[in-house]
Amino acid sequence: MKSAQGIFASAATLTLIAAICTALVAATYQLTTSRISANQQAFLEQSLEPALSGVSYDGSITASKLVIPAPHELPGSDAAVVYRAYAEGRPAAALFVVTARDGYSGPIRLLIGIRADGVVTAVRVLEHRETPGLGDRIDLSRSDWVKQFDGSSMINPNFGGWAIKRDGGEFDQLTGASVTPRAVIKAISETLVYFDAHRDELFSLPATGEGQ
Amino acid sequence: MTTGESIEQLRAGLWKDNPGLVQLLGLCPLLAVTTTFVNGLALGFATLVVLACSNVLVSATRRWIRPEIRIPIYVLIIASLVTCIELMFKAWFPSLDRSLGIFIPLIVTNCAIVARAEVFASRNPVGASLADGIGMGAGFTLLLVTIGAFRELIGQGSILSRLDMILGGDPMAGITLIDGGWLLAILPPGAFFSLALAVAAKNVIDRRREAARRAHMPRNLRRADGATATRA
Repeated sequence: MKSAQGIFASAATLTLIAAICTALVAATYQLTTSRISANQQAFLEQSLEPALSGVSYDGSITASKLVIPAPHELPGSDAAVVYRAYAEGRPAAALFVVTARDGYSGPIRLLIGIRADGVVTAVRVLEHRETPGLGDRIDLSRSDWVKQFDGSSMINPNFGGWAIKRDGGEFDQLTGASVTPRAVIKAISETLVYFDAHRDELFSLPATGEGQ
Repeated sequence: MTTGESIEQLRAGLWKDNPGLVQLLGLCPLLAVTTTFVNGLALGFATLVVLACSNVLVSATRRWIRPEIRIPIYVLIIASLVTCIELMFKAWFPSLDRSLGIFIPLIVTNCAIVARAEVFASRNPVGASLADGIGMGAGFTLLLVTIGAFRELIGQGSILSRLDMILGGDPMAGITLIDGGWLLAILPPGAFFSLALAVAAKNVIDRRREAARRAHMPRNLRRADGATATRA
C-alpha cells in the first residue's frame, strides 16, 4: 500500500503547488491588467494618428471600430478592422487594419488610411517580420519608402501603375527586396478597390462593440 | 553559507561556467534577440529574474518534493514566473514587450533555467541557490549584452539605439559611429559568428591566464598541475 500512499502524496503536492502558482499568476494579472489595457489603447491611438493627418473629425476614433469577419474581399484571411472618422455626421475617413499575407517572412500588418474621397492619407506598417536591412525598410523607422503612398488613390496612379517600377508600375522598389514591396502594394490596392465598392455601407454600419 | 562561497557562485556563473559560453544553454533566445544592445539587456534581465526566483522556489521546496514529480513542478514554477514577468513587461515596458515579442514567453523553454533547478537548486540551500541563479543569470545577461552590442555596432554602425524602451521618454537614435553597417551581422548567421567569436575569446583569455599562472609556479609542481588543468 506504500506506493499508493506515495502517489496520493505526490498528487497532493502537485495540486498544492499548482494552486500556489495559479494564485501568483492571478495576483500579477489583477495588478497589471488595467495598465496593460491602457497601454494597448494608447498604442492603438498613437499608431492610428499618422493615418489621420490632414483629416478633421469629431469624437473618439477607436469608438467607431468595425470588425469585418472573414471571408471578405480585403487582404488577409483573418477578420479585418476598420475605424471610421466622421466630421459633423458626414464620413471623413476610414482606417483599415489589414494583413498582407504574402510577405517574405510571414504576414505584414498594415494600417491604411483612406479619406472619404478615396485618397490615401497614409500607410503604416504595424507589424512585420521582414529581413532586417532589406525588407524591413517598409517600416517608417527604417526608411521613408512607405510615405510614397500618401495622396495616391485608385486612379492615381492608374490601374497598371499599382506595382513597383521593376514590374512596370509607378512605385519605388527596395534594393534587394521585391517580395515585400509587392505584398504591400497589392494589399493597398486591394483595400482601395474594396473601399470604392463598399464606401456607403462601411460608413453606415453600426460600430462593433467590445467582446465581439 | 559564507560570503566567499556566494562570490564563488557568482564568479562561476559570470565566467567559469557561463551558461551561454561554456554550457551552451539557452542558445535559441541568445541567437534570436541579440540584434541590439537594448534587446539583449532586456531579455537577459528578464531571464536573470526568472532564474533567481525559480532557483529560490525550487530550493525552498526541495525537501517536500518527491523525485518522481520534480520535473512537472519545475515546469509549473518556471512557467508561472515567466507569465508574471511577461505581464509586468506588458504593463511597464510595452515597447520592449513588442520588440522582444515571443521571446519573453519563450524564456520558459530556456534550458539554462530548468538545468540550474535540476543540477543546483534541488540540492543546495536557498542562499546558495539564489547566488547561483543571480550568477548564472548575470553571466547570461553579460553574454547577451556583449553579443547584442557587437552585432548592433557591426550591423548598424551605431550603439545604444532605442534606449528609451528601458528608460522611457522619446525614441532615441543612439550613438551613430558609421553610417550603415555590415548587414550580415544582424542576420541569423551573424549571431552564430558572434557567438563563435565570444567563445573563442573566452578560451584565449583562459589559456593566457593559465599560462601566466603556471609561469609563477615552482617547477616541480607544474606537471602534476598541468595534467588537471588541461580540461579547464
